Order: sequence, then structure tokens, then C-alpha cells
Amino acid sequence: MAAIFQGVGAAAALSSSPSNSFDSKKFVSSPCRSFSVRKGASFAVVRSDGRVNLNPKSRRAQQLISNAVATKSDSAAASSSSKPGHELLLFEALQEGLEEEMERDPHVCVMGEDVGHYGGSYKVTKGLAKKFGDLRVLDTPIAENSFTGMGIGAAMTGLRPVVEGMNMGFLLLAFNQISNNCGMLHYTSGGQFTIPIVIRGPGGVGRQLGAEHSQRLESYLQSIPGIQMVACSTPYNAKGLMKAAIRSENPVILFEHVLLYNLKERIPDEDYICNLEEAEMVRPGEHVTILTYSRMRYHVMQAAKTLVNKGYDPEIIDIRSLKPFDLYTIGNSVKKTHHVLIVEECMRTGGVGASLTAAITENFNDYLDAPIMCLSSQDVPTPYAGTLEEVTIVQPAQIVKAVEQLCQ
Amino acid sequence: MNGASCAAKISTQPFSLNPTSPTSHDNPLVSPKPTSLFLGSTRKLRLSSSSKLNLHRRSGTVVAVSDVVKQKKSKSTPSLLITKEEGLELYEDMILGRAFEDMCAQMYYRGKMFGFVHLYNGQEAVSTGFIKLLKQQDSVVSTYRDHVHALSKGVPARAVMSELFGKTTGCCRGQGGSMHMFSREHNLLGGFAFIGEGIPVATGAAFTSKYKREVLKEADCDHVTLAFFGDGTCNNGQFFECLNMAALWKLPIVFVVENNLWAIGMSHLRATSDPQIYKKGPAFGMPGIHVDGMDVLKVREVAKEAIGRARRGEGPTLVECETYRFRGHSLADPDELRDPGSHLNPFFSQVQKCHLIQCRAASLAAEKAHYAARDPITALKKYLIENSLASEADLKAIDKKIDEVVEDAVEFADESPVPSRSQLLENVFADPKGFGIGPDGRYRCEDPKFTEGTAHV
Repeated sequence: MAAIFQGVGAAAALSSSPSNSFDSKKFVSSPCRSFSVRKGASFAVVRSDGRVNLNPKSRRAQQLISNAVATKSDSAAASSSSKPGHELLLFEALQEGLEEEMERDPHVCVMGEDVGHYGGSYKVTKGLAKKFGDLRVLDTPIAENSFTGMGIGAAMTGLRPVVEGMNMGFLLLAFNQISNNCGMLHYTSGGQFTIPIVIRGPGGVGRQLGAEHSQRLESYLQSIPGIQMVACSTPYNAKGLMKAAIRSENPVILFEHVLLYNLKERIPDEDYICNLEEAEMVRPGEHVTILTYSRMRYHVMQAAKTLVNKGYDPEIIDIRSLKPFDLYTIGNSVKKTHHVLIVEECMRTGGVGASLTAAITENFNDYLDAPIMCLSSQDVPTPYAGTLEEVTIVQPAQIVKAVEQLCQ
Repeated sequence: MNGASCAAKISTQPFSLNPTSPTSHDNPLVSPKPTSLFLGSTRKLRLSSSSKLNLHRRSGTVVAVSDVVKQKKSKSTPSLLITKEEGLELYEDMILGRAFEDMCAQMYYRGKMFGFVHLYNGQEAVSTGFIKLLKQQDSVVSTYRDHVHALSKGVPARAVMSELFGKTTGCCRGQGGSMHMFSREHNLLGGFAFIGEGIPVATGAAFTSKYKREVLKEADCDHVTLAFFGDGTCNNGQFFECLNMAALWKLPIVFVVENNLWAIGMSHLRATSDPQIYKKGPAFGMPGIHVDGMDVLKVREVAKEAIGRARRGEGPTLVECETYRFRGHSLADPDELRDPGSHLNPFFSQVQKCHLIQCRAASLAAEKAHYAARDPITALKKYLIENSLASEADLKAIDKKIDEVVEDAVEFADESPVPSRSQLLENVFADPKGFGIGPDGRYRCEDPKFTEGTAHV
């Protein structure tokens, strides 16, 4: 019964957007769902641009692609085009996106520590220095504040730099430049100078990296006016967001996660971008809206398996755009399920979850049947010990419990 | 003289005011002495560090400037440093800077502008001496003391005054204010409120110039960037980090230190272990030059060489201009901070302190008088007249013209409209899609409330 109910719900969800142009035959999902046509992949991902009101030009060809959960590799290609797509790891997807943009526009350049000859400490810029030269892929000295500022000055004068923080935590040293110049210069110059810079790097809690290498800078940077923040979570959206960020005229901060670089997925061969301001519908559902991003998406997916077995039907949205929030996708979901659970890796105080809670309460309070629940990391410097580190972040068991509590 | 010897002297006599330069102060514009600019320090430092570094590269850069300028000094005859046209241009630019800043003070006290306003009186020689040698495509990066840099670079006085009044016709539409002067047209890259944060931006502009030449193959791109900042900034990390990067990649940039000896109330000598800032250039592999910043012709000579170096692709230069601000740090600063008692060692006895206060008061009064006597405008005027490059009448005509320009700027600013509410959200993002998607599915920038400026972001 649950399966049928889900199937109906999902079909209704899919057909509710009149302008959706995806072919329902290509909709892929887990074998135990009833609304699937093709089997193979574990969860379906619907690109969230099946929407009425948006400018069609801002959307790329709508395709469905299967999402790779960390533990499973994908077998079926879900591209709606004739090309088979190609499989790669997330860091390779980032590299591909970066390389394609560098080929497309000679003003795109990379700056950061060890991005050139070393190929990037997470190999995102591997091979690029050989191909594009030492000036286009610039190995900087260890001076985050200054080379970020240098990137901003270069962006103001016509280049499109991609500044890499070897770890997002290091960008704390660049806070002066990111806040004062990156975010504000366009405004204080009366619109005269644009800063089409991309600042990217890995953050989040890894495997016993210690407190300082496990920071979530999105919570500190989110207040800065004039910037956009996005977080990638799959090879598909990693490449898409990287390209969109580079092409954007706004300063964009792209948050990657240390533990997600080796995710594998099959992505399309043809050119595509992911819209910077949109959220991603990971799994449509009826009972509860789970909002998450980056690595927590996978903890949520894991919890979802348990939840489904227990008879729940969670709707899972990867918010992707941390600033600004996609209130349309989120709002539609809240209006449907009336229950919201936010699962994030930021700390309890002042994180993205806190802002999201406020935004939803402000905009959709009338649609809520229960207070919003927000699961965040503990307000604790991430301990080195594995057992302690495990309990500072949100684990799937907690997510299951929270949903059960929420949907009583 | 360095900090240690100053400290040693503290108990017996007042601070010496000018430990860094033995430049002749009496006749600033006549027979510039060959030894005055470099004090031999660049050479000494090169020899001590050459064993560790690439000798070929360093000796090429360090020797070039000192040699060339030294030659120029010994060859040049005193009265032909500039032509009449150049002289009048320099005079006009300095008078514009002075008159404008004086008008700012008036307007501030009349309540036409608010907040932090930092005036440049006394330092005009640096701005004029450097910026008048630039092309339009060259970039200038300044600090919060940026009005005169903007004017020298070519931003109209009207646009600057309007900006100060917070009017929509200001160069930054009234959104920047005194400390954030920008002009895309004139390549003025700001205007920064925090010290030091403009230096990396300047380094980035210089990087773009090099990138254009080497990657984009715009072979004739020889744009130079000038970064202006003060003595206080020279103790800041961004300064050192950028000296390193600029020298490392031989960026076409000139770092211009406007050393006016005071960072609000903090004397340069109390804040800096080695107060001779120009010596820090060679430590990073670029020439370091000290110049009398109250003498526009000397500044111009040094600037010519430094800018020339950058244009030729030979890399950065650090120029320390010894200058002075006649007014307080800002219009909100009553300038009591450059006061007699503030420097005293708390462990001195009352008698010692009294004695020192008296000496200090005398020495500070002397400091101010000393620099007032070296007013760059008076000096240039004297030079032009004594060398028959211009007559009193010519100069008076310029004074009058500038008065009119400044009056006109005030009138224009007064009559300009204040920004309307709709301007509030306009320049937050270059691409306003950055405000995101609203609950109704539309981009928020399409909401009419956004263009009205009344939407909640």
C-alpha cells in the first residue's frame, strides 16, 4: 500500500508542472518503488527546473540522471540524449568543468596553493598547468588574504579568476577580502566594477582531520551581502555548478566537501550547467520535507532507506544554493508535506540551517503542521578521536528518529 | 638612524623628528643632492643577501634604479626638471587638491557630508608627482585618503563632491562615500576603508596587465598600477605578502608609501621596529627608494623611473615618500593626538615627564612648523617663478580657475538629487538573479518591489 501511495504521489508531483519537458520513460528510481519504469539506480533525481514561471532561457536541456549514493555505483545511463555519457569521479567532474570553461574563455584563470605543478591537493586542477601554463594556473605563496585580494583585483580588471582555498578553513584568513571587497565592491563602486570571481575549496568534517581542518565556512560567510554560495554534492552538479559559477557575473563561493571527491557518477557528454539559484529534488515524497546539502545528503539518503522500510515517504531536497535559498522548490515542498526537517553539517548556532529555519518560518508558517526541526552539528570544535567526531555530526539514525518524531 | 638609537636617546633629549632622511630641507628644488635618495641601503642589502638568492635576477633589478636615477641626478641642471606646461599642470593639480580638500572641510562643518572624511592637505606632491605621469589605462589604488588621488587621476571634481554629499550623481552613485572613490573610466580601483586591503587589489590589477600581455597576447599592454598607502599599513601582513608576490612574478606595480609619520595618533616610530620603510623593498627583491614627498619634482623624478621600470616589465618598486598631513587624521580627529604627552614612557618620573612634555610640545610644534615651511605648493610656486617658468599672474589665474571649479563642484553637488529608494537594491549584484527565487517561483529581482527598493531581501 505504501508503495502504491508513493507511486501516486510521485506521479502527481511530476505531472504538476506543466512545462516539464522530461520524458517520464527516462525516470529512474529504485526497484522497490512502484513508479519506476527502469530499474538499476538507487534514487531518482529530478532536475528542479520543471517550472512554469521561469525564463526558459535560463534552463538547460532538462534531463534526468540517476544519483550515485556513496556506496553504490551507477550502472544505467539516464541521459535523454543519444550520447551515452561518461563516468567519472566528483573531483574529475570539477576538473572537467574548470577545463572546459578555461578552454571556452581565455580570461578564466586559477589561483591557489599547489594548484599548478602539484595539480591541486585534491587533484581538481590536475594537468591544467601543463595545458594552460603557469600564469593561467598560478601557484601562489601561502598568503590567502592577499591572493584572494589579488583575484578580486584581477576580476575587477577583466579576468575571471577561480581562487582555490586548499581547505575552506584557510579562507578564514581571507575573510577581510571576501567580505569587504568581494561582496561589497560592486555596490560601493556604484556598480562600476564587477567581480566575476569563483572562490572554491573543500570544507566540512572529514575523517579525523582535526578541528581546524573540519570547518564549515558557509555559516560564517552567509551574512556577507553581494555573494552567492552554492554547495555541490554529486559529480553532475559539481560540474554544472562549477561552470555556472565561472560564467556568473556575481562572486560565487562554491563549497565542496572533503569526503565527496571520490563519488562516481555517469554524467552527460554534452555541455550543461546547473542553475546557481535552484535547489535539487532528490526524492519526491509526501510525508516530510528533508532539506539538506553537501555530504549530509548522503546521510539523509541512508536514513531514507530505513524510513521507507518503516513506511515513511520523505521528500528529499538538496538545497544546493546556500545563499540565496530557492524558496520556490522549498516552499512547494512545505506546502505539500507540512513537515520540515533540516539536516546540515553546520554547527547549531548561526549555521545555514538556522537561516533556513528563519526563512521558512517567515514565508511558509501557515503551511506547517509542526515546528521545523533542524539537525546540525554540535557546537563543538571537531574532535580528532573518531568516536567523538562521529557524534559531533548528524548520523542517519538521528535523522530517522527525527522524522519519526516529526511525523507523529 | 633606527628605532634602537632613538630609544637610547629618549632619556636625554626629545625624539629626533626626521630620522630617516638627510635630505636638504632648505632649498628643496635647487641642486638635488645625488646621495639624498638612496642612502646606499639598497646596495648594502643586495650584497648581504645575494648569496642566498638568484644573483642575476636581483642585481639586475636593484642596481638599475639607483644607477639610472643617480646618473640623472648628477647630469640634470637644477632649473630644467620640467617644462612650463608641465609646471603649470603640476601646479594646477596640486592647487585643485588643496582647494578641494579645504572646501571639504568647510562643507563637513556645515553638515553637507558626514562620517569619516580624511583630508590630504600637505601630501599633494605625492599624488601629483606620481599620477600625472600615468596614462588613462593605468590603474590607481588608494586608501580612505583618496579624494586627491581621484582628482589627479581625472575624476571630475563634480563627481567627487557629489559622492561626498551622498548624491546620486556622485562617482559611485552616492553608495561609496569619502572612503570609496571608484571610477571605471579613469581606472581608479578604490578607495578602501581598511588599511592594507587595497594592496592585494592593486596587485591583482597588475597581474591582469601581465596576463593580458603574456596570455592574451595583447603585446602592447604595458599598463601600470600604483598602490598608495601609509606608514601604518607597512606593518600589515597584506603589505608584505604583496611585496613578495609582486616581486616574485615581476608585476608592473609601484608601491607608494605616503609616510606622514602618523597613524591617527600612533607615531610611526612607536609602531615600527625599523622605521625606514624603503629598506623593506630589497628584502623582497625590489628596489626601495626614499624620496622627499614634500617636493613634487623630486617625487616626479623617482616616479618616472619606477613607473618606467614597471612598464618595461622589470618588476615592482617600493617608493617611500616622506610627507606630512597638515590636518588631523580625519575631520573627526581634533588633532590633539599629535600632542605632547602621548609618547612618554610611563616609568619616567614626574620631573622627567614635565621636561619631556615641554620639549615634546616644543618639538611637535616644531614638527608642524617644519613641514608647513615645506608646503609643496609654496615650493613649486617658488621654483616656477624663480626659474621664470611662470609668472605670478599665470599662477593667480590658475588659483582663480580652480576656485571656480571647486565652487562649481559644490553647486553641482548641492543641486543634485539624493538617491531614490529604488536605488537601494540595484548594485548589490551584477547579475540580480543572485537575490534568488522567491516563493512564487519568479526571480526576486523581477518583483516590482525590488525595483522600488522596498522588497525585503
